[in-house]
Amino acid sequence: MTTRTTEIWVGIFVAAGLASLFMLAMKVSNLSAFSGDEGYTIYARFEDASGLKVRSPVTMGGVRIGRVTDIRFDPQQLVAMVTMRIEKQYDTLPVDSSASIYTAGLLGEKYIGLEPGAGGGCEDADLEAELEAELGGGGPADAGAGEDAGDCQSGYLKEGSVIKLTQDSLVLEKLIGQFVSQFLTSKEEGGGDAAPQGGAQ
Amino acid sequence: MILATLQHLGQRGMQVFERLGRASILLSRILGGIHTLVPRFSLFIHQIHSVGVLSLVIIVVSGVFVGMVLGLQGYNTLVDFGAEESLGVVVSLSLVRELGPVVSALLFAGRAGSALTAEIGLMKATEQLSAMEMMAVDPVHRVLAPRFFAGLFSMPLLAAIFSAVGVLGGFFVGVGLLGVDDGAYWSQMQAKVDFYDDIMNGVIKSIAFGWVVTWIAVFEGYDAVPTSEGVSRATTRTVVYSSLAVLGLDFILTALMFGD
Amino acid sequence: MSDNNNDIIVRIRNLSFSRGSRRIFDDIDIDIRRGSVTSIMGPSGTGKTTLLRLIGGQLRPDAGQIFFDGEEVTGASRRRLFELRKRMGMLFQNGALLTDMDVYDNVAFPLREHTDLPESMIRDLVLMKLEAVGLRGARHLMPAELSGGMARRVALARAIALDPMMIMYDEPFTGQDPISMGVLVRLIREVNDSLGLTSVLVSHDIDEASAISDHIYLLSGGKVVAQGGAEELRNSASEWAQQFMQGLPDGPVPFHYPASSFRDDLLSGGEGERP
Repeated sequence: MTTRTTEIWVGIFVAAGLASLFMLAMKVSNLSAFSGDEGYTIYARFEDASGLKVRSPVTMGGVRIGRVTDIRFDPQQLVAMVTMRIEKQYDTLPVDSSASIYTAGLLGEKYIGLEPGAGGGCEDADLEAELEAELGGGGPADAGAGEDAGDCQSGYLKEGSVIKLTQDSLVLEKLIGQFVSQFLTSKEEGGGDAAPQGGAQ
Repeated sequence: MILATLQHLGQRGMQVFERLGRASILLSRILGGIHTLVPRFSLFIHQIHSVGVLSLVIIVVSGVFVGMVLGLQGYNTLVDFGAEESLGVVVSLSLVRELGPVVSALLFAGRAGSALTAEIGLMKATEQLSAMEMMAVDPVHRVLAPRFFAGLFSMPLLAAIFSAVGVLGGFFVGVGLLGVDDGAYWSQMQAKVDFYDDIMNGVIKSIAFGWVVTWIAVFEGYDAVPTSEGVSRATTRTVVYSSLAVLGLDFILTALMFGD
Repeated sequence: MSDNNNDIIVRIRNLSFSRGSRRIFDDIDIDIRRGSVTSIMGPSGTGKTTLLRLIGGQLRPDAGQIFFDGEEVTGASRRRLFELRKRMGMLFQNGALLTDMDVYDNVAFPLREHTDLPESMIRDLVLMKLEAVGLRGARHLMPAELSGGMARRVALARAIALDPMMIMYDEPFTGQDPISMGVLVRLIREVNDSLGLTSVLVSHDIDEASAISDHIYLLSGGKVVAQGGAEELRNSASEWAQQFMQGLPDGPVPFHYPASSFRDDLLSGGEGERP
């Protein structure tokens, strides 16, 4: 085998290897969906962020618009602090958007769904927060409202914004527990007899 | 009797350490000779040819078949849960995380590692290495280093090719034969496979495997007893040790990378 | 090296070397004169090849010193050793040609490794060396296509490529037909004289070696048992020299491997076998 043929073959080999890597990066993995580091970071606090992972998708209207980049515990407010990176082109998310943790399918992975607010200002958000709190289904709205009052003016979420309206992840065991305890109390109220043991929290 | 057994065990243990020590010294000499690669670049290219290019056929063929089998098996399992759209995820994750690096490293050990050991061992048996030394040419730099670095360079490329053709093989079976939706195959895959966590970790694995396999192959050849029997034993040892090393290292790396 | 006189290229002093528990050299002294052809002879297994490796610095002795061209080989650093080796060539028993290159590239190998000469100059030098061994026409053959004698001649061309001061030949005559043996014998002497080299031969082919040697060392049992010119040894009173030079089956080197008496061995009926 002459040197030239060898070199050509090595060239083909290296090209094929790099092409394979490129295919793995672009076609197989999510690298193509990353528009580099371009985007802005927003925050949300959840009472319960269990099941959520770094790199979990952030969606709006079912379309992925960003990713979770960090989840940590906020020792002051004793809640989970979730950092999200939103892609640059989605820069018109209303400031009163709410964030909820959903599960894809019954046992699928968790993701954050953003929903636009009613289009009102900060008052609406506060109102909603109170409502939410009264309903008691999810965690109360974020209490640190003072630090990002400036958002109310701009109308859109931007770098460093904090989403105030959040809805925790649904934990199946908690849900079942709640259901059982509600069922028990309603029975007691109705003058029912002794409830079976075990399910109550 | 017991004393004799203990003594025997002790001797074997010392031999293991001795060989490990020699292998490490050899590795440091090879790494120390990296600068001699520049004037001998054409040698490096030639070694990539014999180590990488000549392994290409077996890697591509195995990759296609492994991908096709994954497609078939994955489909049969997933269809029970009505989750056959996830076939792409199953095939690609198994390939890029595990099978690509590991199987291609095992094939590489059998195809290229054994050839390296046999070649170097034979050069030693025919006194070619001694002759080089007497010509004031360090065989570690002239013979071993180009082979080692060519293996190190080729392994990740081979593993990437293996994974890529495997994904295509799974696509052929899943989408072409079993009727999984074309778009779902790719989009589910893209949604679940992460570039850094999965693909880059796979690449890191394959570099580590390339490192161990060529290190063992080169050392066994260089350390072989210079007789035909010695060379054949060294070749066997290369395949056995490097396969075991790849599997053991894979466990450690997997635990480190995907442990949490 | 206070007593270094420039006439001696290799000076071995009090050399001892053992492999495992076997003593190969036991306190030997050898001097090799510049420009001479010196043969180291002795029965098989006396470590003659080992001696060449010791001189080349591939092995380290247990004790003693070896000087080459006034510099100490024993204890020299790797780098220093490589410098010394550029001044010595070595011809291995089977040539040890690099099997993945043809004859031309084999001879060019040391030149390409150690010099930055342009390719045209390397070509001239290689053809010159190949012409000297009579194999210019075989330059495109691969080592596998050469006969044993031809391979050794190519190896000789390669060994003289860098114009060394000394060439060591490891058993150059073994396994050769009479013609190629004759060719090699003549070549060694010719190359030595025309290039002004020093040659060290390790051999047990008495006739060939003594025909071209200026000086002969006889080794046995790790000692130098006799030395001198070929004539001198033939006429020497030493039993060693007599036995070796005349090829007698029995003498100081016994015909029998050491054993208990034959009579006892027969009578024991194999009881004592492999206890």
